[in-house]
Amino acid sequence: MFDEAFESLKKQFVLNFLNEDRWKLLLKGLGRTLGITFFAVILGIVIGILVAAVCSSFDKNKESLAKKGGFGYAVFKLANGICRLYLTVIRGTPVVVQLLIGYFIIFKSSNNSFMVAVIIFGINSGAYIAEIFRSGIMSVDNGQFEAGRSLGFTYFQTMRHIVIPQAFKTVLPTLCNEFIALLKETSVAGYVGIEELTKVGDIIRSRTFSPYLPLFAVAGLYLIMVVILTKLVGKLERRLRKSER
Amino acid sequence: MSDNVLIQVSGLKKYYNNGEVKALDGIDVEIKKGEVVVVIGPSGSGKSTFLRSLNLLELPTDGHIFLDDEDITSPKTNINLHRQKMGMVFQHFNLFANMNVLKNMTIAPMQLLKKSKAEAEEKAMTLLKRVGLEDRADAYPSQLSGGQKQRVAIVRALCMEPEVMLFDEPTSALDPEMVGEVLEVMKSLAAEGMTMVVVTHEMGFAREVADRVIFMDGGKIIEENTPEEIFTNPQSDRLQSFLAKVL
Repeated sequence: MFDEAFESLKKQFVLNFLNEDRWKLLLKGLGRTLGITFFAVILGIVIGILVAAVCSSFDKNKESLAKKGGFGYAVFKLANGICRLYLTVIRGTPVVVQLLIGYFIIFKSSNNSFMVAVIIFGINSGAYIAEIFRSGIMSVDNGQFEAGRSLGFTYFQTMRHIVIPQAFKTVLPTLCNEFIALLKETSVAGYVGIEELTKVGDIIRSRTFSPYLPLFAVAGLYLIMVVILTKLVGKLERRLRKSER
Repeated sequence: MSDNVLIQVSGLKKYYNNGEVKALDGIDVEIKKGEVVVVIGPSGSGKSTFLRSLNLLELPTDGHIFLDDEDITSPKTNINLHRQKMGMVFQHFNLFANMNVLKNMTIAPMQLLKKSKAEAEEKAMTLLKRVGLEDRADAYPSQLSGGQKQRVAIVRALCMEPEVMLFDEPTSALDPEMVGEVLEVMKSLAAEGMTMVVVTHEMGFAREVADRVIFMDGGKIIEENTPEEIFTNPQSDRLQSFLAKVL
């Protein structure tokens, strides 16, 4: 009975992973998933920093800027408005819809679907990362900011040397969660024909007519990546915290 | 304006909610070089707002503040340069939590005065020695007691070699047994001739160290005199009832 089950599992394994070198397909899918996530995270962080910088510095300097008035204030106010609109639209619509709009409308002349996915996921993630950074900046006690300014630091110097290093420590776990969420969200990239991990698993399933192994393998690979990512961030977190003890 | 006036405040007003709340309602005061001015008053009287306005941590609604004859309330003034000349000590210390004591003290001189690391650290260690904390240079703020934190905060401000020191209730957040060590440092600073503006509830300190005491209430200066006169011969009803409560 046990031998029988083992034999059948072996057969399934050969069918799903070894025949026609299907494991290579899986590996390629994994590579695409990691690639999209990696570049989208970088883009998301860049956008997130910019948007968070505009929104939080506008909130903090509103009073003094309004007093000075003039062109600078108008530009700043406009930039803040654009950022708020971006946050609302991106966080208010599903990522699959954004991906489809990006692929079939905005970048319809491009045939590089990988690039389109990176840009769309990056723009999507940027909105969430911006809010994470903003909440981190707001979590730093205002006294830290005032102490910096009272010594003669400019707003940006105070942010750079005092507020942001402290904010970064606070947001690290949340930021990690966002990366994990993004990694898993890229599984919808199959919608626009990208053969990433999930899509590849589904392709194998449709060819072998055997759903179990390919889909569990896909799930297992996501799980392993998430566990590794969580461990790495945990290590970084402990190292950052050491400086305060 | 006479030569030895360091700070001149005229018609300083700070309103909130479009004038519904008048935190400061027309303050005129002069602070001379080397003078120790202590500001007292009930809570909500505007004394902290007044102090925080002096280096524009609070933006005045109206009025002018001159430092070294320059109007720092003018939009054209670079306030950052003026703040370098005005050291500030806060009620809640506000040491930079992500830096050790030495870094807390050297970052501003290195970044803003372009001092070398060696030069900034030497100055910092000399000052730390003066307040008896030279062995805590590597400690992080979270490892210090309240009194130690405040002493570090004072010498951090001194590292910028300010012309005036502003103290915003520096002992109010301290355990009673730590108040003395902080006041000692402030007294020695006053004895050296540092110009100081101190908001405090320590009447003993005011009586002993102040050259002049300002009593504020309702956003206005009610009485302004030598400590002897303020404490032994208060003129206004409000000062009399305030002193009756705190002394």
